[in-house]
Parts: sequence; structure tokens; C-alpha cells
Amino acid sequence: MEFVPITTEDKQAMLRKIGVGSMEKLLECVPKSVPRADLKMPAGLSEPELIRLAEELAARNVTTKSHVSFLGAGSYEHFISSVVRYIFSRGEFLTAYTPYQPEASQGTLQAMYEFQSLLCDLTGMDAANASLYEGGSALAEACILALRETERTKLVVARGVHPEHRQTLKTYLQQIGTEIVELEARDGVSDSKKAAAQIDSKTAAVVVQIPNAFGCIEPVRELEKLAHQNGALFIVAVNPISLGVLQSPGSYGADIVVGEGQSLGTDLLYGGPYLGLFACREKFIRKIPGRIVGMTRDAHGRRGFVLTLQTREQHIRRAKATSNICTNEAMMALAAAVYLGSLGKEGFRDVAVQNLRKAHHCFDRVTKIPGIRPLFQAPFFNEFAVSLPVDPEEVNRRLMKAGFLGGFPLKRWDPQLADGYLIAVTEARSKEQIDRFAAALQEAIK
Amino acid sequence: MSDTSIVRERPETSPQPTPHSPGRLLEPLLNQLGKPGRRAFVLPKLDVPAAPLEKLLPADLIRREPVPLPEVSERDLVKHYMRLAHLNFSGETNFYPLGSCTMKYNPKVNEEIAGLAGFAKVHPYTPDEGAQGILKLLFELEEQFKEILGMDAVTLQPAAGAHGELTALLMAKAYHAAQHKPRHKVVVPDSAHGTNPASAALCGFDVVEVKSTTRGRASVQELKAAISEDVAVFMMTNPNTLGLFEEDVVEIAKLVHQKGGLMYLDGANMNALLGICRAGDMGFDMVHVNIHKTFSIPHGSGGPGGGPVGVKSHLKPFLPGPIIVQEKSAYRLVSPGPSSIGRVRSFFGNTGALVRAYAYIKALGKEGLRRVSEGAILNANYLKALLKGVYPIPVDETCMHEFVASAAQTKSAYGIKAMDIAKRLLDYGFYAPTICFPLIVEEALMIEPSETESKEVLESFAAALIAIAEEAKNFPQKVKGAPHRMPVTRLDEVLAAREPNVRWRTGA
Amino acid sequence: MTDLNKLKFTKTHEWVRFDGQKVVVGITAHAQQEISDVVFVELPKIGKKVPQAAEAAVVESVKAAFSIYAPVSGTVVQVNEKLAKDPGAVNRSPYEEGWIFVLEPSNASQDTPLMTHEQYESFVQGEAAPA
Repeated sequence: MEFVPITTEDKQAMLRKIGVGSMEKLLECVPKSVPRADLKMPAGLSEPELIRLAEELAARNVTTKSHVSFLGAGSYEHFISSVVRYIFSRGEFLTAYTPYQPEASQGTLQAMYEFQSLLCDLTGMDAANASLYEGGSALAEACILALRETERTKLVVARGVHPEHRQTLKTYLQQIGTEIVELEARDGVSDSKKAAAQIDSKTAAVVVQIPNAFGCIEPVRELEKLAHQNGALFIVAVNPISLGVLQSPGSYGADIVVGEGQSLGTDLLYGGPYLGLFACREKFIRKIPGRIVGMTRDAHGRRGFVLTLQTREQHIRRAKATSNICTNEAMMALAAAVYLGSLGKEGFRDVAVQNLRKAHHCFDRVTKIPGIRPLFQAPFFNEFAVSLPVDPEEVNRRLMKAGFLGGFPLKRWDPQLADGYLIAVTEARSKEQIDRFAAALQEAIK
Repeated sequence: MSDTSIVRERPETSPQPTPHSPGRLLEPLLNQLGKPGRRAFVLPKLDVPAAPLEKLLPADLIRREPVPLPEVSERDLVKHYMRLAHLNFSGETNFYPLGSCTMKYNPKVNEEIAGLAGFAKVHPYTPDEGAQGILKLLFELEEQFKEILGMDAVTLQPAAGAHGELTALLMAKAYHAAQHKPRHKVVVPDSAHGTNPASAALCGFDVVEVKSTTRGRASVQELKAAISEDVAVFMMTNPNTLGLFEEDVVEIAKLVHQKGGLMYLDGANMNALLGICRAGDMGFDMVHVNIHKTFSIPHGSGGPGGGPVGVKSHLKPFLPGPIIVQEKSAYRLVSPGPSSIGRVRSFFGNTGALVRAYAYIKALGKEGLRRVSEGAILNANYLKALLKGVYPIPVDETCMHEFVASAAQTKSAYGIKAMDIAKRLLDYGFYAPTICFPLIVEEALMIEPSETESKEVLESFAAALIAIAEEAKNFPQKVKGAPHRMPVTRLDEVLAAREPNVRWRTGA
Repeated sequence: MTDLNKLKFTKTHEWVRFDGQKVVVGITAHAQQEISDVVFVELPKIGKKVPQAAEAAVVESVKAAFSIYAPVSGTVVQVNEKLAKDPGAVNRSPYEEGWIFVLEPSNASQDTPLMTHEQYESFVQGEAAPA
């Protein structure tokens, strides 16, 4: 394919104006000490050839279209309004640049301001940024903020925080010498009685995820008390869809709310680009990493929007920046805002309620199967863990043949949970699909 | 951008006046458009037992009041976002000569391919046997980057260039620790992009800035003074942020390697080097690229992006995971070895974005890649020639894909700064070049046309800059008061920073 | 109006007023002009010990952040909380309302001496802009 419009005639005219005889003359600025490349690559493809190649590769993958999915574990299939895809595809947003020149970017800036506002309404926080990369790095940024604010060196993190987010946190903090303590767990959630001994005056923050990675509802109120009694910050990582039926973390005392925003209008995309959510109380507003949009006015008093509080950012503070982030996930934030707008107050609640009820219907069906028992008694939202009498990965192979994308084998997170199996059920599953899945599961464990 | 006269102000009521919004609005906020009872998307009816919430969730955590989201019809939702869209300039409709951003054309076929269900609707935890197409694509993309960059291994995990820098620096730190020689410093030129020192600081390194030469290059002399056995990495951009090829790169690499340090290439300017020379051949141990710059994925109003990192074999053990391995004709994801720095994010990476980069490289092939860089270099030098004598170019040599001019003279003669010129360009329908960066040039205008612009567009852009230079002399107020033809005039950034208003208040 | 001849000055554009055992610190009229509109002042924590020339506070404009350095070694005993709501005071009234923090000097013998107003003015003549 060809995207360079320079014709032979153009080239001659341009070289003439520049005052050189050939392209090679221009390339003489690369000294002879640097070897020239001779790439070992095939020739380029035409558009039809490229599409055919892509379709062939795409056809080799199991998708939520080809199989009925009960797989969650941090990435979820939800219904997404066609409006989201339409707005996402608009070149005015998709091919625009970062809104550093606000007069030419009021569309983007207002859309981001609206996203920030919606996120604050969801989480009960006072301020939010215009997105971070994904849930793991968002969690790391929140913890770094807490460590700096409190000038303490210990983090107390619930075991139920998504293992990959915890691993990302460890990578980000490996050189700071932070002590990371895992909260004792009992029955799938943090043990708040034992937590009292673990949270102390050295703790910068207590970190919990709700629902947690195993789908369970954590004892957030008890943990908040312990955190604040000890002068630590309370960081809550959320599944934003659950906020349709669960109280906002702001209402139970969270200082910072983070999370993976993929479930708000973004497809599965084999892991990314996703959406790092970050929201917090007013007092931390000047410590927030990433871009923030603020409202202001122009010389004629018209309302407008600008990137603000930029002196926190890398392009100004450089080594002293609050973070190093530059490019963010603006399009995913836009998708999230349009998604929330498409559902509205009633629709968002409906989605959450359907997730809750369908998951519980599936739980009832599945736990009635002889040989399958729930791993935990704790309440759950749209995911629950069971133990299987047959290797979960083998079960999934059998289920795939029957047209299902089965649940998540928990041994992939923790070898000690060898028979653990995490089943996710969202509003995208019908009763008929759930019942068929239960029947197929019963077959698959024979 | 469409004619702004089409964007009429709505007759809907304005909210209460505040310091931030005393006047009329271009487009109301989403929460000002709703009405109770309206909705867009309707779910299929619930078909499972409607158990009461109290039976399923802890009573003290059940939400009593629904989240106060706006209630709009689908028609109003679409109208709102389309009206916002009309307020934007975009790469599709306007020329963006932004230095270091490579705002090239974003091929539409990439969107079609990225949207295929076989890529978009694949769960990241799909068993490997059900993801062979995606794994093959990603594996081949790694191979492509290895070849283009002259590296031995690639990670596709980083979500952006800065994320790639962080990943590479963490690897460098681990590398030196493994030698039992932990090092504490990272050296960057004073022309470096802000993410370089920011990433280094985030990794716990001390940042040392070295001055550039009068010809804008990294100074071998300064580096000799700064280099020691405590320097972990020297971070370089090549071509540098002045658009100039770093001629001493091979010698610099030798110097750094002699002291056991590592060479890092900030590949933001890779658009100048495709098929011409390779990072690995210049002596770099690590390099990141920005797929939202060189590799054509759309800029997305700020994101998403992707910052793949390439490394030489001695750094391979430290790569983050998971890693794709090929066994006969099948592909598997495996955990990295014990020396890995660990995860830098959840799941595999920004696959949706990487698919577009793969398609682009496949579409161009060997010759196409070289044509990109040659076109970028030709266009930049042509534009530079058109502007000769209009704005001084501090280091006026053959540039690569971008060049830096200075508005310092316009400032001292007429009081017109780079910012004013940038705002006036908007009136001419052009997005501004990068301004006030790099910091080593006063009132910098960093101009990068990219290879996808036609000669005619370059000429009309040059004509606009020349006209503005005339205006600066004869009608400075036109420039100082610009922009005049945009939906808003210059915005009060001081107010925005003093009294931050970063969210609406529902019911306020 | 403050008599500037009663103040001392640093090369990094801080002014110093001796007030009994305490030392009041702010930035000069020249500095605030270079910085332009102040949007935020990051005040030090009370009790923080700062050696001379260490960063004690940060003054932010829209476009940049400027370090404010301790003119003498000491401990922070007071900060100007009013600047949280009114950062513009630093521009409007740099020597009065716009004071930033108060130190209890440790009278370290290795502290370099400060400049008089006259010396500071000549220093500014021969210089471009603050760091």
C-alpha cells in the first residue's frame, strides 16, 4: 500500500529548491561510521492482500462471537451500544492530537471533563484524571502517591487485589524499598480481625479490591476504620460495573479509587488498550498523576476547557514530575463516557442488577452439580469460584469443543488453587446459555 | 474541522454563572441534556429469578440511590458527541506539523482490521490453542521490530513511549544489579524529552543533564566529563530533538560501553531512520518506539499508544512477561525467567493498537518502510528551504524528518512569541508546530511535516507562516490576539490552575 | 511599604527579614515578575529541617515550577496558609502579604552571608532570569 504522495516530479522540484542533486546527498548527514540498513523483510501488500491475511489470522482465534463465554478474571464481556463504536470511530476524536492547543481541541477537552465528572459520580470522589494505562499501573500510581504523602514505607495489600495488578505494583516499587504486606485472608476475603495486627503507624496505605479478583465482596468498612485509625490512606480498586449496585467507595471513606475501566464500553481486545481509572479526594488534587482537564473561560467569558495542573507533569517538571506518563487512554475514556451516557441512570443500575442475578442463577445451577462445590461462602457480584473434581484446564478443553469459553483455572494465578475455577456471568449471558453451560459442565467433569 | 459557523449555540438554558462559566455555552455538558425517564440503550429483559438484593449482598454495601448519570435519548447522545467532534481539529482534516509527534496519516484499513471480531473479541486469558492467530501476529510483530531496530528481543507490553522508557530503565537497573555493580545515575542531554528524566526519576535514578554543543548535538566532551562507573544508562534521542542526526553516536556508544554503561535510544524520532540505519547497529543496547508516531496508529486525542522496547541479547533475561514462544508451528505464552523485572501492566499489552502497527508494517514492506523515512526527510528539508530567511534556524544544516526554527527575533523585534504564532496558525486552519521545546532553543518552533503530506500542503503552510511573519511586523495585534476564528479565544489557564474545576457537580 | 534596605537577599531571588529569633522568607519583586501569575505555592511542612540552599518550597505558574531555597540553615516554624486560597498575593505583594515561610535559623557557621538590597540589585542587573 502507498501512503506517500510524493511523485517523481515533486521530488525533482523539491530537491532543486533544497539545492541538492539527489536523495543520497541529503542522507549524507548520516555519517559513514553508521552502517546502512538492508532490511530482511518481504515486500509490502496491497489492501486486498492485507485484509485477506488479517482475516485468516483472525479466523484462528476463539472469540465471544464463536463461543459462549464465562471467562472474566479482570476482563469482561458486556453489551456495548452501537453508539459507542460509532463515536469511537469518528476521526475528529480518533485522529486528533493531545489537547495542548485548547482552542482547537474543545471537543476532546469537554469529553474528557465529562468523563472525569462521570467517574467522580460513580466513585464518590472529588477529582479524577483523564485516564492512566490500565488497572495495574493505576494502582501503582495510587500507592506511590500514598507513600509520598504519608512519608511512610509500608503498604498493606489485600490478597484479593488482582494478581497481575499486584505484580505490576511490585515492579514499580522494587527500587523504593517499600515493604508490601499481604492481608491475611479467610473464606475468599481479607480477615479484618487479623488485619488489625497488620495495619500500623508505618502503613502508608491499605489497599483492597471490591469485588476482589475471586469475585468476593471484601469487608471494606472494617478495613477503612483500621486504615484511618492508623493514619494510613485507604485505596480501593473497583470493578466499575459493580457500582451500579454497590455503594461508592467515597461513601465508606476511600481516599483514592482506582480500577480497570475496560468493562465500561471497551471490548476484550486480548488485553488492551484498556483504561486505568484514578479518582481521589480534593486534598490530593495537585498530586494526581496524568492529564487533568479543567473548566475555565476565554476572553469573551465563554466557557471552555483546558489541560490544567500541568506543572505536575513530565513536560514541565521533568525529573520532579508526579509520574512519567505522557500518552494515556483518551479514546477508552471517551468510550466509557459514551457507554455510561448510553445506559443512563436506570440502565447502569439494570446492567449491575442483571450481572448480580445472572451470576447467582449460574451459581445455583453449577453448585448443584455433584462434585462441584463453591470455594468461598463470601457474597459475590458477577463472578464466583468453585472447585472441580477434574483438572480445570482439561474441563475447558472439553467445554471449548461444546462451544463454550469456560471459566478461569485459578492455578494460573496460584498453583495452590489447583482445582479452583472462576466463573464470570455478565448481563450478556441469557438463562438459556447459563443452563446449557451448566449441563455441559456436568458432562465435562465426568 | 468543519466551518465553525455551523456550530450554533443551543437555546437550552445555561447553568448558574460561576467564575468559570459566566457566559453562554458552545455545547452543554452531558448532564445538562438529560431528563428523567429518557434512555438510549435498553437491555434484554431479565430472564433469571429476581432474587432481592438483600439476599445477595451485604446490606450495608447495597447502593440506595442510583448513580446520578445523565438520562439522554440515543438521538441526543449522538448529537452531543458529534457537536463536540465538530469543535476539534483532527489529523484527518488538518495538517499537524508537530515536531516529535509524527502526525502522519492513519490508514483506514488498520481500523477495519483491528475491528475484526477475531482480534477485538478475544479474551486475554483465552487458552493458547484458542488464540493462535493473535499469538502468531504478535510474534511476527516482534520479529519485524527486531529486524527494523537491529535488536535481539522485543517486548510489546509497554502501553506508551514513557512506559517503554520505564521498562527499559528497570531492565538496565536489574542488569547492573545482576553484575553486582548497582549504578545510580542516568545521563540525558539537555535537549531530551521530559519523559526521559521523569522515567529515570521514577526508577530511583539520579538524573544528570549534559549540555549540547553549539551545533545542537550531544557533546562528546561533556559526556566524557559525566561518564563514570556509576552511570547506568545514557539516554539519547537520534535524530535528536532538533531533528539532527547525532553524528558522534558510534563514538559515544564506545565511550559509554567502555565504562560498562548501557546505551538507550529514545525512538520517538524513528520516522527518520526506517530502512536507513538501525538502533542496534549504532551501538544502542535498548530502544523504544512509539507505535502512535512512527507506526501510524491514530493519536486518539492523547491515547492509546504503545511503546514496544527492543533489547540486545545481554538484556534478554530481564524482559517483562509474559513471553511468546514458538514451538514448531504453534505459539505459547510462557512466564519469563527468574531475572525478569516482572510485569509492567496487566494482561499481554495494547494488542488492539499493536494489530494496527502489524498491518501497517505488512502493508509497507521493505521498500515502503524506506520510502517513509526518505519522504519524511525530503518533506522536512523542503519545508525548511521554503522558510529560509523567515524564521532563523539556530542550527541550519541538513535536517532529518524535522527541524527547529526560533521565534526569538520576532519576540525581540515585535513582541510576538512562538505561542502567538501557534495561535495565529489555527486561524489559517493549521495546527501549530510543537512550541517551546526543546528547551535549549529560545521560542522554539519544532516542525515535522511527515511523509504523508503533499508538496502543495507544505507550500500553503509555509505561505501561512510567512504571512504571519508579515503580520507580526505590520499588524502585531492580529497575532497577539489570535486565534480569532476558533470556537473560543485564548483561555484563562491561570484561573484553571488557581481554582481547579475538574468535574461537574450534579444538583449544584 | 517595606523598607527593602532592611531586608537581605540571595542569589536565588529570595528575600529575608530578621524578626527576633525568626527569619521570614519570600521571593523578590523581580522573581515574581519572571514567574508571572502564581497559581500555586507548595509550602514546606512545619518542623522540616533545611540546610542553606536546600529546596524549601515550590512556586508554580501555569507553565513552570520554581524551587524556593532556604536562605539560611534552619527549621520551618511557620508557613503562610493564606497562599492556598490566594496564591496571587505573591505577585501583588511579594514583600508583605506574599511571604512564604518562617525559619528558626540554626546559625550554622558554614552558611554563606546574604546580600544587601544594593548588592542584590547589582546582581540582578548582571543576570538574565531566575533559575
